[in-house]
Amino acid sequence: MATDAPGPALEFRDVHITYRGRDGDVPAVRGVDLTVAAGSSLGIAGESGSGKSTLISTVLRLQPKSATVTGQVLVDGEDVLGMSFKRLRALRWAQASIVFQGALHGLNPLQRIGEQIAEPITVHDPKAARGDVDRRVGELLEQVGLPAARARAYPHQLSGGQRQRVMIAMALACRPRLIVADEPTTALDVMVQAQVLKVLTDLVDELDLTLVLISHDLSVLADVCQRAAVMYAGRVVESGPAADVFERSAHPYSRALAGAFPRIGDASFRYAPSGLPGDPPFPGDVGQGCSFAPRCPVAREDCATGTLELAAVAEGRMAACRYPLVDDRADAHRGDR
Amino acid sequence: MGPTADTAAARPTPATAEDATTRSAGMSPGARYALRSISSGLVTLAFVVVFNFFLFRMLPGDPIGLYTRGRNVAPEQIAKLRAELDKPILEQFLTYISNPFASTINSARFNRPVWELIGDRIGATLLLVGTAILLASVIGTLIGIRAAWKRGERFDSVSSAITLTLYAMPEFWLGMILLIMFGVGTAITPGIFPIGGIITPGVDPASLEGVLNVAWHMVLPVTTLAAVYLAEYALVMRASLIDEMGQDYLTVARAKGLKDKVVRRHHAVPNAILPTVTLIFMNLGFVISGAITVETVFSWPGLGLLTYDALRGPDIALLQATFLLFSIGVIVANIIADLMYAVLDPRVRA
Amino acid sequence: MTMTRPGFDPVSPTSARQVTRARRRASRARTWRAFRSHRGGMLGLVVLVVFIALALLAPVLFPPSTISVTQATGEPMSPPTAGFPLGTDESGRSILALIVWGARISLVVGLSATVMSMLIGTVIGIMSGYFRGGLGLLLNRFTDWFLVIPFLPLAIVLATVLGASLINIIVVIGITSWPGTARLVRSQTLSIGARPYLERARALGAGDAHLMRRHILPNVMPLVLANTTLMVALAILSETTLSFLGLGNPLAPSWGSILDGAFTSGAMTVGAWWYVLPPGLCVVAVVLAFTLIGRALEDIVDPRQQGGR
Repeated sequence: MATDAPGPALEFRDVHITYRGRDGDVPAVRGVDLTVAAGSSLGIAGESGSGKSTLISTVLRLQPKSATVTGQVLVDGEDVLGMSFKRLRALRWAQASIVFQGALHGLNPLQRIGEQIAEPITVHDPKAARGDVDRRVGELLEQVGLPAARARAYPHQLSGGQRQRVMIAMALACRPRLIVADEPTTALDVMVQAQVLKVLTDLVDELDLTLVLISHDLSVLADVCQRAAVMYAGRVVESGPAADVFERSAHPYSRALAGAFPRIGDASFRYAPSGLPGDPPFPGDVGQGCSFAPRCPVAREDCATGTLELAAVAEGRMAACRYPLVDDRADAHRGDR
Repeated sequence: MGPTADTAAARPTPATAEDATTRSAGMSPGARYALRSISSGLVTLAFVVVFNFFLFRMLPGDPIGLYTRGRNVAPEQIAKLRAELDKPILEQFLTYISNPFASTINSARFNRPVWELIGDRIGATLLLVGTAILLASVIGTLIGIRAAWKRGERFDSVSSAITLTLYAMPEFWLGMILLIMFGVGTAITPGIFPIGGIITPGVDPASLEGVLNVAWHMVLPVTTLAAVYLAEYALVMRASLIDEMGQDYLTVARAKGLKDKVVRRHHAVPNAILPTVTLIFMNLGFVISGAITVETVFSWPGLGLLTYDALRGPDIALLQATFLLFSIGVIVANIIADLMYAVLDPRVRA
Repeated sequence: MTMTRPGFDPVSPTSARQVTRARRRASRARTWRAFRSHRGGMLGLVVLVVFIALALLAPVLFPPSTISVTQATGEPMSPPTAGFPLGTDESGRSILALIVWGARISLVVGLSATVMSMLIGTVIGIMSGYFRGGLGLLLNRFTDWFLVIPFLPLAIVLATVLGASLINIIVVIGITSWPGTARLVRSQTLSIGARPYLERARALGAGDAHLMRRHILPNVMPLVLANTTLMVALAILSETTLSFLGLGNPLAPSWGSILDGAFTSGAMTVGAWWYVLPPGLCVVAVVLAFTLIGRALEDIVDPRQQGGR
């Protein structure tokens, strides 16, 4: 594109997603605005039911048929929701791809993994020579730390960590500029988690990709991403530089979420646990006021009324809270409301 | 067994710890699996042979009476049978095993060796049943796939209603109705098809005219059998594909930019079709009962009609022989089903 | 939920048994409500009720003389008329009378054979799933072996040897169709057996029989009942086939034996469609009814495919 500065790689503009359920409509995402600059990395955190997976399923227009989406989802400036199916198929995997959870059912059990990695390549470039494709597959496997010969293996012959690496290799097959990783390490052991994350982050750096990482584990996001956004009950409740969001959370929910995850090697965690009592609300049950108020340890009376909007609490940081927690030691100043 | 409850049961269990012993023998996993299947089948076969032998000798009543009931049998035959049955059981058993198809005992009804009768008839049955299964599996599978992919739409409701109704039909009744409608003819339908037999008498079966003649005779019975078989295949295929459609790897496939049709054909269907393929083979018992009754209705000279005639006697020697033959057929079909599953699904070979 | 049982105080139930009873009653009501909303299941139930009513009212609607061969009053093999709405058979009997009486036989045989097969299948299934050692494996092998034997040839052989009668048909169907139930029950038992509360019960001193009866059986029952309705459908089809082949009681007109009569008397060659069409339609209707009910129950008990995706 012949512009001076590259536009954002990914942009969500006032996205609302509603599921048509048997007993009525369920709002899964209630107005999300997010921007991801090209070459940067954003982590999206939240518990199950926060809407984060539903939100990023729209990046490639993969949301379930029962979901209605309004707003805009712009990939490299083009609205994915409105484009023709033909254009969408060309965009899928070639401009943006998703690293799915590598559980056994993410891969076709009857096909060798080499074929599954090669598949998007041949779909987007039908004239590609078989030899070139095979070579590329081998390249990709080696990039994720697997021997090229593993291309002949079937999914059930690989371990969980290996399968996840295959998902990463597959996501890179068509050289996309944007990678979305949806809970890529959740199903893995802690040690394997670290390995896989390293593979992912090294590749993102090396290839100068834009990364959006979804996780319910804030500490992972803090290590890997530049910026972070925290979602609760379908809305973004805090956003900002990842380290700030994790270590100096402004929103009480982010603080509780950050406290819920131990950092390996952080001995002090044991003495200051702050778990999160209660359960997140059912997506259909959200009422007036701050949706977190029922569980918030520092909620006040007026938190349950009115509407909450994201507001700046510091340079480059936003939170949807009337009484955000501001660290006295930091150089924080309130912006306009 | 309802088709909905059985898709899970149709998958054979993959390798267990028993294979630890054969692992050291240095066989490939595939060969090991095949060996296990075949030996299991042979064991079952052995049981069936023994069962067949003892069945008639252990049930109440005079065995001679059973053999000769309703028929005038020559006294030499009776004397021979009595001499046979007076021998020690072990000797009888050994005689039986060496010759389970009793080519020396004549069928009381036809007065020809049982083995000869079977040999005469088996071709006709294979032709009828083979054609019907082929048609039914192709059509049934396609219907099931379409119904699952377009779940909830008109095609699905209509085809489900039709297949459920066909599944509820006694196949011989359908045959009788078709026979009346298109064989004999009614006020509203032409009676253009023959009402029985495999070929018009006098026509040379080896000639082109004979082949066409046989084909013409085949239309009604094959339609009857195929209609009832395809119902089960369609129902199982639909259930299996609906189960498969919820899997994650299909979302991944669409995310890669594949067209919906390609996702269905290359990813969903190959996975979903596994239970249907094995069902086609494992359902041979159902196929056999269909063959018996439909051959009877259409006077098709195959093993089914032979069994019916034997039943009318009753001709015990013939019944025993056909029972054994059918059992062998089912065992062999099960072994083939196991092996096919191993060929199609790499997880089973592990 | 109001309990009207005398002596039972709904506010403070006094015994564990009363609590269980209340719970069971509530879950039955829930199942019925779920069933009521299932269109296919309700249709099947209505059809079934109609046929059961017909079967029960048979002697009232058509006195036994109407189906006796010697007392038949109609013209042989004649098409439907006002007096004989479904025509007559080769002896002059009213086909309609035969069919209404036939409902009794087909339903009774189908239900009893299924009860028998369900009993055998459940017992063997639970035992083969519960006992992990030799007995379990042996029973499992036995089930697999029985599954292999083709149904109709075995049924023919057994019926021939035992003699042609309805009791024998019930026995034959019962002892040839239990493996399906046994397999289902076995897999359910295996999945239940893995649950920890069985271990705890055993630690408290519960014996095998007690565990099987009190813990496994109630959990297996819902799926078994759903499966049973489907088995009745198959049993009726089997009975129809066996009667058609002449292995039933020739004096008792089941739908299958009516069709046998049609076949052997050459009804087809003279185009006597009234002899052939109605009995088969009845079989289809009743089998479909049971199939629809069974599928509805399966959906309720094991809702894997609920809702859109």
